[in-house]
Amino acid sequence: MDVIDIHASCDGDFIAAVEAESGQQIAECYQCGNCTAGCPFTFAFDIPVSQVMRLLQAGQKKRLLTCKSIWLCATCESCTTRCPNNIDVARIMDVLRHMARREGYASERGVKIFWDAFLDSVEKHGRSFELGILTTYIAKTGRFWPDMGLGPKILPKGKLGFRPHEIQGQKQIARIFDKFRQEQRS
Amino acid sequence: MKIGVFICHCGSNIAGTVDTAQVARTALEFPDVAFATDTMYACSEPGQEAIVQAIKDHGLDGVVVSSCTPLMHEPTFRRTVERAGLNRFMFEMANIREHVSWIGKDTEANTRKAAELTRMAVEKLRRNMPLFAKQFEVNKRVLVVGGGVAGIQAALDCADGGREVVLVERESTIGGKMAKLDKTFPTVDCSSCVLGPKMVDVAQHPKITVHALSEIEDVKGFVGNFEIAIRRKAAYVDWAKCTGCGLCMEKCPSRKSLDRFNEGVGTTTAINIPFPQAIPKKAVIDPAFCLKLTKDKCGVCAKICPTQAIDFKQQEALFTEQVGAVIAATGYDLFDISKYGEYGAGKLPDVITGLQYERLLSASGPTGGHVQRPSDGREPKTVVFVQCVGSRDKSVDRPYCSGFCCMYTAKQVILTRDHIPDSTSYVFYMDIRAPGKMYDEFTRRAMEEYGARYVRGRVAMIYPKGDKYVVRGADTLMGTQVEVEADLVVLAAGAEASQGAGKLAEKLRISYDKYGFFLESHPKLRPVETNTAGVYLAGSCQGPKDIPASVAQGSAAAAKVLALFSKDKLENDPMIAAVDIRRCVGCGKCIQVCPFKAIKEVDFRGEPKAEVIETVCQGCGLCTATCPQGAIQLAHFTDNQILAEVNALCLA
Repeated sequence: MDVIDIHASCDGDFIAAVEAESGQQIAECYQCGNCTAGCPFTFAFDIPVSQVMRLLQAGQKKRLLTCKSIWLCATCESCTTRCPNNIDVARIMDVLRHMARREGYASERGVKIFWDAFLDSVEKHGRSFELGILTTYIAKTGRFWPDMGLGPKILPKGKLGFRPHEIQGQKQIARIFDKFRQEQRS
Repeated sequence: MKIGVFICHCGSNIAGTVDTAQVARTALEFPDVAFATDTMYACSEPGQEAIVQAIKDHGLDGVVVSSCTPLMHEPTFRRTVERAGLNRFMFEMANIREHVSWIGKDTEANTRKAAELTRMAVEKLRRNMPLFAKQFEVNKRVLVVGGGVAGIQAALDCADGGREVVLVERESTIGGKMAKLDKTFPTVDCSSCVLGPKMVDVAQHPKITVHALSEIEDVKGFVGNFEIAIRRKAAYVDWAKCTGCGLCMEKCPSRKSLDRFNEGVGTTTAINIPFPQAIPKKAVIDPAFCLKLTKDKCGVCAKICPTQAIDFKQQEALFTEQVGAVIAATGYDLFDISKYGEYGAGKLPDVITGLQYERLLSASGPTGGHVQRPSDGREPKTVVFVQCVGSRDKSVDRPYCSGFCCMYTAKQVILTRDHIPDSTSYVFYMDIRAPGKMYDEFTRRAMEEYGARYVRGRVAMIYPKGDKYVVRGADTLMGTQVEVEADLVVLAAGAEASQGAGKLAEKLRISYDKYGFFLESHPKLRPVETNTAGVYLAGSCQGPKDIPASVAQGSAAAAKVLALFSKDKLENDPMIAAVDIRRCVGCGKCIQVCPFKAIKEVDFRGEPKAEVIETVCQGCGLCTATCPQGAIQLAHFTDNQILAEVNALCLA
């Protein structure tokens, strides 16, 4: 790893943006490591959550927005619950994920595709249409085999409808998406 | 002689692996033993009462208790036998806990050894004599060595308690390290505003005499009656005449003198008053820089001085003070940062110590309180603080934590932000140690409110790059090497024993540890006492300490002195050496070995003989081991008594 110039490379605007968007004060973290200690996903993370917090204090924007951990975080909020300084760490992970997405980073492409497929489905049908999501996800990722085994088990139980269920207020839900996009543009 | 023997169970501590009843039965067969029993807790109230009762019932002349270490309960049982009407020295103790039951599990062997140790005690007791303490007068004046905040507090408390105080200070003013500080943690109140009034109190107190620019030359005597020789260095100024007007400083042409008060940041005049609040506020000439004293030129101060106080011929003076107690409060010195070559310390002009930085921050400092780089006077925008420089580092023989650096660094980053709002401070640390009241909150405030950027990791090297300095270190929390380009680097130099502390300790006959800090009598229960009666400790001379702890110790030492002085007469310990002049050949070997100067040569009918000064002898026994004639004997530990113990052991 290269030597980091902690003065020159510290992106103060980035820290301020994360603080503003998350409502958390980054300097409050005293690096006890309790978030990492309780996190059930550390095994899959490339950067443990406490180190995400440290990199954030050091203003290491690119390193954070390109990391996998922010995409693999399941927002279980163990970190938030256990933080002795009452920092909403999960919220910060969320904010970082949003930022990464906005700036065009998605280091876990599959996760992004899944969420996109899910949101598209909700926008279109007012609720999730599992088979549709599955089809989009498989088509975009080419990951066919990993979920094959599930089909024979859930199909007979009627858990995987071939047609989307219609719901009331479908248009209202679509309007939520419109409103979100308008806000994003303005 | 009728001896009573008591074998203590100490609950299961002893009885668990020693057959105490069997030891008592064995003891009954020892010579002169008239009574022997085992007892649950000899030191408990019923245990002690049983001893008193046995002495009365059986008409005992002496008692042996086989139990724990005499360090613990010998004084207890001496009082017990005294209560029953015996002399307190008609008592012996055998340690069958630390020396037997706690170190072996074999009950049979333990029981045998316990009986043997008990037999030794009985054989010694058979040769014991009643001893009586002598009383002597107490001189109720106290000497305080060192005029830092601990010494000032001790002096004021003793003086307020009605006792005369002699305060000796090595520098030309009292105030110590605290006088050099800009602000104090965790309240960020002005150091000299807090200390200044106390210094004035010292100067004005009718019961305090201050000897500045003076050092302890020699210490004679003992608790209650010390004779202190004091050497006063030449100031080349008659302080009786000097008014502290400072005119001499304005005219002195030698302006490149080392500014000791400002820690070498900037320079001063050869004749100077260290700082405006100095007590006593008197001028001193630095002979290394004075043109008159080095080249016999100039002498302008003598011409200008309105009171003709300048005296280039002034000599050192030696005088004595009589006191009854001594408080050592000699403080600490800063670690020499130049030992860290990799930091360029001592070579790079803008790599300075924390105390030098205090002078840069101080409004009465060389820069008038404007933070400027020593090299070019520029205001630094990026300041890097490095913790643990000369602390927690075995490679420079400083494995201990200096205790206050974490806090003063936190204070300095806060003050840096106050002085230069657009600056950024970095602090390289290993751990943050902030265990005092409101201390951790203070360090958190430095980070959360003042934006100090703390980096966990040590600094490997510092090197110049252009007009900046690259600080290369580690951020162990990020798990990476890091660099900062700094305008100014402040090293949190640790504390070490004051220069000359060891020599003073030897004069006071107190112990010091391998780093030169004075040893207290007990690390927890006797923190301000030493093992030399009448000598007490206050402040950082005992180990690194912050201001609140130093002040507390100053007051504690004063309380000990006042308690000592509450008695009009003191008792000596009768376990001291005595010379049998019929055997003494006057060889003088005992005089040479005595560490307390307690033996003198006297003339006895034209022949030289040794004589013990009873009040000075500490009963160490060196003389008795040295005397080729066996003429000098230590009461309660005579050769005959020790040999009887050895014989008892060999017999078994």
